[in-house]
Amino acid sequence: MAKYLLLKHYRGAPAPVNDAPMEQWTPEEISAHVQYMRDFAARLKETGEYIDEQAIAPEGAFVRYDGEGRPPVTDGPFAETKDLIAGWMVIDVDSYERAVELAGELSAAPGAGGKPIHEWLELRPFYSEQSCVTE
Amino acid sequence: MDEALLRSLTPGVLAVLVRRGADFAAAEDAVQDALVEAVRVWPADPPRDAKGWLVTAAWRKFLDQARSETARRRRENLVEEEPEPGPAPAADDTLQLYFLCAHPSLTPSSAVALTLRAVGGLTTRQIAQAYLVPEATMAQRISRAKRTVSGVRFDQPGDVATVLRVLYLVFNEGYSGDVDLAAEAIRLTRQLAAAIDHPEVAGLLALMLLHHARRAGRTAPDGSLVPLAEQDRGRWDTRMIAEGVAILQAALARDRLGEFQAQAAIAALHADAPAAEETDWVQIVEWYDELGRLTDNPVVRLNRAVAVGEADGPRAGLAALAELDTSLPRHTAVAAHLHERDGDLATAARLYAEAAQKAPSLAERQHLTRQAARLNALLRG
Repeated sequence: MAKYLLLKHYRGAPAPVNDAPMEQWTPEEISAHVQYMRDFAARLKETGEYIDEQAIAPEGAFVRYDGEGRPPVTDGPFAETKDLIAGWMVIDVDSYERAVELAGELSAAPGAGGKPIHEWLELRPFYSEQSCVTE
Repeated sequence: MDEALLRSLTPGVLAVLVRRGADFAAAEDAVQDALVEAVRVWPADPPRDAKGWLVTAAWRKFLDQARSETARRRRENLVEEEPEPGPAPAADDTLQLYFLCAHPSLTPSSAVALTLRAVGGLTTRQIAQAYLVPEATMAQRISRAKRTVSGVRFDQPGDVATVLRVLYLVFNEGYSGDVDLAAEAIRLTRQLAAAIDHPEVAGLLALMLLHHARRAGRTAPDGSLVPLAEQDRGRWDTRMIAEGVAILQAALARDRLGEFQAQAAIAALHADAPAAEETDWVQIVEWYDELGRLTDNPVVRLNRAVAVGEADGPRAGLAALAELDTSLPRHTAVAAHLHERDGDLATAARLYAEAAQKAPSLAERQHLTRQAARLNALLRG
């Protein structure tokens, strides 16, 4: 089994196909979207492939060490790229192919007009523990 | 083994040890050891006086610890002067424990953790689960807090207001895992109210009960928020509301008004209304004015603007809102609500979307996004 991080990119990634801000959807479309994500997570819990997920608030700051005795500099939220990560999900799956399959499925959550939003998901494998090789 | 019984006895036992001069951290360790022994021994040999048993066992553990330390001789002298362990009245000791756990030298989050541990008798794991942090993190926070108060002695009266603030924080944390923090806060406040005769303690207890009574109506089965006006009032716990109102009335009759009593009065007016449109908004505004005199809290003024909007119409509400700092949390959401009631749907939709961006929780964010979506759908016709 290998762990993968699914990062949900909003602003900053190429515009998704069904690109309408959520407040332009109908309340029913929002409910359907939320329900899809909830069902998706519930199904992965059943198969034992679910680890964790969190939504992240839109505001944030860039912070870095800026020399001895100086305060860290905060550079405004996502100043350089205007990227926005809306949340993540961590899954534990058998293969890379399975991870891609699930990411594709999550990206197909219904959006405006009930059609898939084609949201961009960044898929990143976790480094695994050093495995113990005995010969 | 009755876990609830153990949990309810723990603070009293701890308090006895601390009163007898045990250092707080050492006393806590001793009580934990005694609990472990109780779990081992009681099923086969249940004690006649559970608390007396625990006090004796914990005191013995504490002595064992104290003897093995470097300040052995001094501590033994201290021990010899002490009376024999035995059952003791709980109320006064436990009260001191409340004051210790809410000591001003602690940060609010440490005070909350220590209160749940020492007064509430919860395990570190339970507290960590309730706050969604790793157990090791919570263990660190608690031992830091114990070190901070370990030199504090009970020689001056504590500050009830600080204790009440800590209990209110516990209540507001909501719940998760196998510990319902709101229910836990009510239990601790009940215990405090039994130990101390103070109208504000009663006020806080009434406030918690009145809020808690409405909890079942606050969320839909899918977890989304249901605003007060749309809640199914049949799902409110009327027995708990009646209890809250009775406690509040007795407190108000004492004529020593404080902010918790005033907040409870507002909650009672909401809970009393058989339907949202029968809410006595005029009286609620009067209570907010009272509350504003007692505290200089901008959130109170924001809530007052909502109440004014209901009592005197949205224009009056917007005028009250215009006097407040726009950076207040939920200011934008309130503005959106008042503009919608005033019929300006386009402005309201824009403000709801903006408020959603600033929402502190996902449920609130989704609720506000839905409000914006609902108005946008109407505007598109």
